[in-house]
Amino acid sequence: MSEASPAKAYGLHLGVIALLFVLSFLLPEYYHGLLARIMVLAVFAMGYNMLFGYVGLLSLGHAMFFGAGLYGAGLAIIQLGWSVPAAFAAGLCCGAVLSLVIGLLALRTTGVAFMIVTMMFAQVFYLAILYFAAWTGGDQGMVVPQPARVLAFGATSLDLTDPTVRYMAALGLFSLVLLMTLAIVRSRYGRVLVAVRENEERTKMLGYDTFSNKLAAVVVSGTICAASGAAYALLFGYVGSSFASVQYSILPLLWVLLGGAATTLGPLIGTLFMYYVIDVTSGYTSAYLLIVGIALILLVLFFPKGILGTIRQRWLGWLP
Amino acid sequence: MHFGPHLLLATLEGLVTSAVLALTALGLSLVFGVMRVVNVAHGEFFMLGAVLAWAITSAIGGHPALGFLAALVIAPLIVGAIALVAERLVLRRLDYNPEATIVATIGMLYIIQQLALTFYGPEARPVEPPFSYRIVLPWFGYSGYKLSIIAASALLLIATWLVLTRTRIGLIMRATQYDSETTQAFGIPVGRVYGGVFALGAMLAAIAAVLIVPISQAHYLMGQDPLLLSFIVIIIGGLGSLRGTVVAAVLIGLSDGIVSMFFSPTLAKIIATLLVAMVLVFRPQGLFGTASR
Amino acid sequence: MMPLLTTKGLSRSFGGLRAVDNVDFALMRGEIRAVIGPNGAGKTTFVSLISGRIQPTSGAIVFDGADITGLPTYARVRLGIAYTFQITSVFANLSAYDNVALPVQLTLSDRRSKGALRAGVMSALERTGLADRAHIPAGQLSYGHQRLLEVAMGLALEPRLLILDEPTQGLADSEIDNFVELVRDIARNATVLLIEHNMPVVMQLADRITVFNAGRILAEGTPEAIRDNAAVQDAYLGTAP
Repeated sequence: MSEASPAKAYGLHLGVIALLFVLSFLLPEYYHGLLARIMVLAVFAMGYNMLFGYVGLLSLGHAMFFGAGLYGAGLAIIQLGWSVPAAFAAGLCCGAVLSLVIGLLALRTTGVAFMIVTMMFAQVFYLAILYFAAWTGGDQGMVVPQPARVLAFGATSLDLTDPTVRYMAALGLFSLVLLMTLAIVRSRYGRVLVAVRENEERTKMLGYDTFSNKLAAVVVSGTICAASGAAYALLFGYVGSSFASVQYSILPLLWVLLGGAATTLGPLIGTLFMYYVIDVTSGYTSAYLLIVGIALILLVLFFPKGILGTIRQRWLGWLP
Repeated sequence: MHFGPHLLLATLEGLVTSAVLALTALGLSLVFGVMRVVNVAHGEFFMLGAVLAWAITSAIGGHPALGFLAALVIAPLIVGAIALVAERLVLRRLDYNPEATIVATIGMLYIIQQLALTFYGPEARPVEPPFSYRIVLPWFGYSGYKLSIIAASALLLIATWLVLTRTRIGLIMRATQYDSETTQAFGIPVGRVYGGVFALGAMLAAIAAVLIVPISQAHYLMGQDPLLLSFIVIIIGGLGSLRGTVVAAVLIGLSDGIVSMFFSPTLAKIIATLLVAMVLVFRPQGLFGTASR
Repeated sequence: MMPLLTTKGLSRSFGGLRAVDNVDFALMRGEIRAVIGPNGAGKTTFVSLISGRIQPTSGAIVFDGADITGLPTYARVRLGIAYTFQITSVFANLSAYDNVALPVQLTLSDRRSKGALRAGVMSALERTGLADRAHIPAGQLSYGHQRLLEVAMGLALEPRLLILDEPTQGLADSEIDNFVELVRDIARNATVLLIEHNMPVVMQLADRITVFNAGRILAEGTPEAIRDNAAVQDAYLGTAP
């Protein structure tokens, strides 16, 4: 892993970022907006991949971390009137604290029990949003008004509702998280995480406190997902309970499986590809859950390594 | 009404819930116990049972009992056949890997739900009860049909228990649960046992749904609550334990009615889900289970 | 001299079976100690208790003057108790380099330096003769090389006590000779506790031998004394060299 040539890996990732930058000026309006959304959701998928791909922990509750960022930022800005940066920070903090608590509890279990426990905690989070409807808007959700989504720097200001600003903000967050993920998986800590995934008992016997390492991974993963949620609230202005529902715990799993678990670029590829498929098929059917369902089954049956995982196995062994 | 009759009513209603829940959860529990597969699509098999019951009763017409009895036989058979196909085509090919099968059954959940929406539609539709006899108690009248649900469920549970403990099929199932490799070595076709168990689990859910549909209507999203409650029941009762499942179902069914008298349904669900998650974290063998695997 | 490791009344039961039964044991610094005994005598359970993989039913373990009975596995490793598995359990999907990098990066005093990590890994690989296979996934190495990698991982922890659980099992004779040399080399800096069935290897390497039978220590002494011990011959009838 960390012995593969760093220039190649960083070159590829910077190339992808540069490509996304150039696309901002080439894409027609509809796809421009869609790609901004996909980049934000790909951050969600990258956060999920951190835990599922590299540590091998399959959570069915990551919607709560996305939701923590979404509602943390959204409530701070709507109910408390905070500024954009403060609201974003609030979203991150909510995600970090929630993932720490959930990690401490859920990591006492393993395997199937871990999946069910995370799903149940996420369900509690979702129901709590519905229950405190006076604050959260219940299943109607809340709209973040345009004036609240302006970043002011003294005299100049950045309007996050402007398509180009929004795209660049999404790209900025995406690039930051992508390079951070790359740095983590190439680091010594990344090596320990993979070791835990491959054989936790053996990793303990090499002197690693695997619980603490896993807990740190849950917090990093949860915080990245919260960053995605907070960015979603600020960039797209809608804070809705459906983003905390079970379905939004399944979607990042699907994106990561499709793109390739434990690959740094897989989450982006998976999210992009899934949106593309839904976009293409929307002409024929509105039953998009049907496609999600079929995709999940086909992936686990015939394509468990996903797109990039297969490419890495067959052709490009150095792919991070 | 005074407190006593009120409590009696709540208890009766709770027992009806328990009866249906016990059957549904038993299906989930059998599948998990024997195959180690967590079937997230279990609630959708329940929903299919109810939707098919509506389709069959409306196709047959005549006396409601006739259609209902037909539904009680045909709907579970169709659901069982669908489950069998899903098991052959998907779960078996995944070699029953616990994590892959969860992802696959999530896929099944979406497919079944979406197909039900497409072909059955978003409406809730009623099914007429097979008979409408009311039992008159000193304080209130009570639906005889609801009492018959409790009786039917009890009979089915006893039958399942007898099959599991007294017959060769039950012995094979228990042996497979205990050690599938050794069972295979004794020449038992474990693959066929798994297929049968998965179909049986789905059929139990479908039967439960046919029994409840005359009092609750059929709807394409109706599988979600039974799935969650069944999870709660088998976690509390201890995964894969028949007696624990029944005890927990009665407990949850009764408390569901009583709790919802004091709390809003949402808050009740929040508390119940949180408590069950905590049970799974701190006492994974369940409240009644002892042995852990 | 104070022993490096002592156990007092160490016991572990599985159900009704007392796998390790009230064992008092002392290991001196710098020695190579072999633990032998018939199958099921409790040898592996005994070293698993020392490494912390399983918890004792009763009794105490003292390492370097400190009671470590309640410490988790990873903390014992950090104190200097390394354990190499009887059944090879290298990380099959990671390269040999990464397998060894895991223990090296833990013991590295200079935590930031990339060069130090590389040097540490290559030194452990060279000592076990695996340097030219550093980038092969461990799962694709031959069985003998996987066993050596297992030892390299133990070495890389720079342990004060290295527990080797049947290290020569499944090795060819030529490989065994190299292995004996390797253990001698290791013993210059570490105390070695060796579970071994291969009696020639035991006789060549061990300073002292402890014989287990039915969860208890049956005899203890120099290789010569053990060879002449009647009780040991009884317990070992047919399996003695």
